[in-house]
Amino acid sequence: MAVIDQSRIRNFCIIAHIDHGKSTLADRIIEMTGLLTSREMQSQVLDNMDLERERGITIKAQAVRTIYKADDGEEYMFNLIDTPGHVDFNYEVSRSLAACDGAILVVDAAQGVEAQTLANVYLALDHDLDVMPVINKIDLPSADPERVKEEIEEVIGIDASDAPLISAKTGQNVHEVLEQIISKIPAPAGDPGAPLKALIFDSKYDSYKGVIVFCRIKEGTVRKGTPMLMMATGAKAEVVEVGTFGAGQFIPCDELSAGMVGYITASLKNVKDTHVGDTITNAEAPCAEPLPGYKKVNPMVYCGLYPADGAKYPDLRDALEKLQLNDAALQFEAETSAALGFGFRCGFLGLLHLEIIQERLEREYNLDLVTTAPSVIYKIHKTDGEVMDLTNPTNMPDPAEIDYMEEPMVKAEIMVTSEYIGAIMDLCQERRGIYQSMEYIEEKRAVLHYHLPLNEIIYDFFDALKSRSRGYASFDYEMLGYQRSELVKLDILINKEEVDALSFIVFAGSAYDRGRKMCEKLKAEIPRQLFEIPIQAAIGSKIIARETVKAMRKDVLAKCYGGDISRKKKLLEKQKEGKKRMRQVGSVEIPQKAFMSVLKLDED
Amino acid sequence: MDKKDLELYVHIPFCIKKCAYCDFLSAPADAKERTSYVDALLSEIAGTGEIYKTHRVNTIFFGGGTPSVLDPGDAERIFHALSENFDISENAEITVEVNPGTVTKDKARTWKECGVTRLSIGLQSVNDDELSMLGRIHTYRDFLDTWETVRREGFQNVNIDLISAIPGQTVQSWETTLRTAAQLGPEHISAYSLIVEEGTPFYERYSQKAAGKNLPVFPPLPDEDTERRIYKATEKILSEYGYHRYEISNYAKDGYECRHNLGYWERKEYLGLGLGASSLIDERRFCNTADMEKYLRVCKDPDGSELHGEKERLSRRDQMEEFMFLGLRKTEGVSAEAFRENFGAEICEVYGAQIRRLSGQGLLELSEGQIRLTGRGIDISNYVFTEFLF
Repeated sequence: MAVIDQSRIRNFCIIAHIDHGKSTLADRIIEMTGLLTSREMQSQVLDNMDLERERGITIKAQAVRTIYKADDGEEYMFNLIDTPGHVDFNYEVSRSLAACDGAILVVDAAQGVEAQTLANVYLALDHDLDVMPVINKIDLPSADPERVKEEIEEVIGIDASDAPLISAKTGQNVHEVLEQIISKIPAPAGDPGAPLKALIFDSKYDSYKGVIVFCRIKEGTVRKGTPMLMMATGAKAEVVEVGTFGAGQFIPCDELSAGMVGYITASLKNVKDTHVGDTITNAEAPCAEPLPGYKKVNPMVYCGLYPADGAKYPDLRDALEKLQLNDAALQFEAETSAALGFGFRCGFLGLLHLEIIQERLEREYNLDLVTTAPSVIYKIHKTDGEVMDLTNPTNMPDPAEIDYMEEPMVKAEIMVTSEYIGAIMDLCQERRGIYQSMEYIEEKRAVLHYHLPLNEIIYDFFDALKSRSRGYASFDYEMLGYQRSELVKLDILINKEEVDALSFIVFAGSAYDRGRKMCEKLKAEIPRQLFEIPIQAAIGSKIIARETVKAMRKDVLAKCYGGDISRKKKLLEKQKEGKKRMRQVGSVEIPQKAFMSVLKLDED
Repeated sequence: MDKKDLELYVHIPFCIKKCAYCDFLSAPADAKERTSYVDALLSEIAGTGEIYKTHRVNTIFFGGGTPSVLDPGDAERIFHALSENFDISENAEITVEVNPGTVTKDKARTWKECGVTRLSIGLQSVNDDELSMLGRIHTYRDFLDTWETVRREGFQNVNIDLISAIPGQTVQSWETTLRTAAQLGPEHISAYSLIVEEGTPFYERYSQKAAGKNLPVFPPLPDEDTERRIYKATEKILSEYGYHRYEISNYAKDGYECRHNLGYWERKEYLGLGLGASSLIDERRFCNTADMEKYLRVCKDPDGSELHGEKERLSRRDQMEEFMFLGLRKTEGVSAEAFRENFGAEICEVYGAQIRRLSGQGLLELSEGQIRLTGRGIDISNYVFTEFLF
């Protein structure tokens, strides 16, 4: 490929509210720039993990390079960088945006500006990106592009007068988008001759190539043999290969220079050495200082993961190790539970991250898992002056040894339309939120500022927010630090025996309510057995709630004659199979999903 | 040479009208359909008899559906074909299932002439409201007509089928049904708890899937406690009239236990004839096609896979499992000796741990080489049975 002049490179991302057509437009751009034949197109090229396609979300940032022959007769190199869309991955989003020079804002011609549209635009503007609006789905009968244009100008305050009116689905007017990318998104700056300065915005592990670092070259040039240094982690390695992103494949090239987006492989074994946000420089001719904005991402949510079949423990360890190669934010260490046996305490960025890892373990590694209730990191100040970090409720010291406890707080920004403000304030109140302020960003839209305990949002806050606002609220948070709090450990006793895997830490004022709900939930989950089973919630030795699973009264087939026998045997086998999926705790059989009950306490 | 024992089951898939709880392979049909079915059945019998020359038939059971809907002529043709093609023991037990409203003097006389020794009448309840709720076509009065007819025609071994735990039933209304039936003095009473089976109108009304749907109001099913009280009351009341329980749902006067059904629980070989009929032959379970059109086509090829479909070959373990979960249905339970005879192994070597655990839990009792369910064991017999699966 002929080297393309820096002035003909465009690095951009697409931002949109969910379902406004981000992925479809990306597909269309890739298709119309001719890098792929139509046959090669899978329905959504950028999301190449199965899980992502199924959930319709982008988990890991991806990038693709295409060549566009513009109306002016010149060839341009487009680097389209995809961004994850969930608050758990906020930091990754911010690094992806930092790799771009501009953003295409996709707005649905029928629905107009939505909560997430705003959040994304502000994030892009924070990174000094030029935002170029596009109005999509004009083929819908309910499309009203003129109104949406006005809305973009009024609400967001950017000029939408010549925003292309397109249908990404049919390809209508997408050509205009391509031309505007050239005219409206600035070419990258940076001196190819300066010392190397490259931003890592993603990395992945490939069993053939090892660690693959996705980066944007801000200054200088990198090529095979360049001795590179990761400025934050201090890891050093020699570059083995550089290249650009085809769709779903890597295209090696001679060098990457300032302004380009591409990948670097080196003899690195572990993606832990290549943190997203870190700066790569030349170890022999380093730049003066790293790019701004790097932070190490630490897990915020912990839970226990156990193999349903105890014999699969080594498999689970292998699988976690492999996933960690791709996912620097995932942490784990071995732990044991009296109820669940050998497993791992794992740390995640947030609940979605947890769910994704759990699903990947189950699908890609074929493991059947039992997950315990997620926990945040509590700080325990003991009477002897020691401060301990508590990630597993089971390890909580005796209350007599505790002077006081602290829990992590977050600063939350919730954007919501005015009609749902009341409902969302109620929700924040229930979750122990401390109201800070509210501002109207337009007549019908407001931003609520709250301080919330992290342990109140890790279970189902996001779902509750969506359901109480009919999807109109969007939510973002950042860590605020620790705050002293009255916390207690709530234990669950089944048939008078404490089940360690069901213990959780809860705000003292919510303990009764949570204990009661937990008992009710477990009563519904635990099938009747030969004897009556009391389910109790306790704080220390004090029982605060109780339910009873009644003894099995009747389980009998009245009839079993010649024609029934094979069928009845199958029924018995199915019943037996169900029993195998239970955990024997003392003399009680507990279904595995009961261990996750605590996650769904607010369902009703 | 000693002949092997064989039981025959003959399926008559016709009825006047499907009952609301019935999941048997049965449907209303006109005389012409019935006759063409009987023709097919005769072909199957003619072809099958060849294969079972080395067997002697000890019991025959005509089930349905409602076998008593058959015209006397059709019934006669079937009996004739059976005796032509099979070696039927002189003291064979030959049962026909009948339903009130379909029995006439002529039919009863024909059955008697053909050698039928036992009739099983589907009464279900003596309460006409309950009968109509079940979707039965008859009243209690209709039943009495049938009862009197068959007794007059000389049937001395008669079963009455009753069904308990039906919607709206109380312990009291069940007791009335039970006592009314027992006072008539049939030799055998089958008393089943209702099972709500998928694919029946009752399933639409009473399964968990129906919960929350806006259905017209039907009387509720008795709760578990009532159902178990009904079950306990059954044995107590029937024993007053001289019936003993010999299987979970079956009661008889001494010597009148149904030999055919005992055969199923004792894993005797049986051959099913007719649409959808099941067989256990040579430790293989198989089942005739349940598709009428197909049956009419392939009945002439009784050993062909077209008729039988895939045969399920029972491993030694399968046989042991069946031995336990079928044998334990009987009140006398299973015997250690029979286990040894069948499998050449000691039951305590194979199932020792399970038997110890279950008897410790009060679900099994052991005496004189017999292992049987306790009262509590019957209540939750499925739980007990699953323990014997490998």
